[in-house]
Amino acid sequence: MNKIVSLILLLFISISTHAQNEIEMADTMRSNGKIYTVVAVCLTILFGLFFYVFTLDKKISRLEKENNTKL
Amino acid sequence: MNKNWWKILSVLLLVYTIIAGFLLDVPRLPILNETIRNLYFHVCMWFGMMILFTVSFVYSIKYLKSFDYRKDIIASSFANVGILFGILGYLTGILWVNVTWITDQSQSLGSVLKEPKLIGAAIALLIYGAYFVLRGSFTDIDKRARISAVYNIFAFAMLFPSIWIIPRIVGSLHPGAPGSDTGNPALDRKDLDGAMRAVFYPAVIGWTLLGVWIAGLKIRIEILKNKNIINE
Repeated sequence: MNKIVSLILLLFISISTHAQNEIEMADTMRSNGKIYTVVAVCLTILFGLFFYVFTLDKKISRLEKENNTKL
Repeated sequence: MNKNWWKILSVLLLVYTIIAGFLLDVPRLPILNETIRNLYFHVCMWFGMMILFTVSFVYSIKYLKSFDYRKDIIASSFANVGILFGILGYLTGILWVNVTWITDQSQSLGSVLKEPKLIGAAIALLIYGAYFVLRGSFTDIDKRARISAVYNIFAFAMLFPSIWIIPRIVGSLHPGAPGSDTGNPALDRKDLDGAMRAVFYPAVIGWTLLGVWIAGLKIRIEILKNKNIINE
């Protein structure tokens, strides 16, 4: 009796995990590691933008020093 | 302590957002699929916009209390970056709509355009757009600062009904509307997966800090430009 119950339980678990995997996600992209390229591209853009904002910040700080207009 | 620590925090949080946002596991949901990761970007734009508009609102009130021209500069700069975030949120939303709401089942472009939150957000952004039209139409600086500060308070009062309250009354395709689970989907414990929350909250803070940083640069430039008026 116990065996049958556990068998049915196992069956249900396998069905539910199967149903979960049916929903299509970018699993291939993850498994072959191409997702890291996407992350690298986004990080490069982010760092580029941050670098730009940072240099602007420095420039304005220098102008503030020359003009004595600290907030 | 370095007073620029929050700028470094913004960099760290956004780097974390991109790495964790792309690499960590997300719930497998039909239709949404991998686009659920847009939560870390699209939704953060709107949260950032609301925070920036709130700061702008506070400084408009502060201006009306003190008539200090700096406060007016701060209010307008934060509203400006807030609009930028809003437009980015709108554009990213359009991209997201194309693959999730307009499917081959029943939704058409017409049904999407009736989406109350889209209309509400457009109204809110146009109201803030009018704030800058209003500012631009004055030649007298004091008058401009006073009237636009009052207008900004009204604009802020319109923001929350148009993007939060009305879509929840009349129903919306966005999460949080009647029919889906109640409450704010991004803040509701039951509605947002725990692993996603661990990325979403830092992402909101990171993007908002970036907005504050850009607004800060704008404020400092405006103060430099108007130093003759301010130092009087």
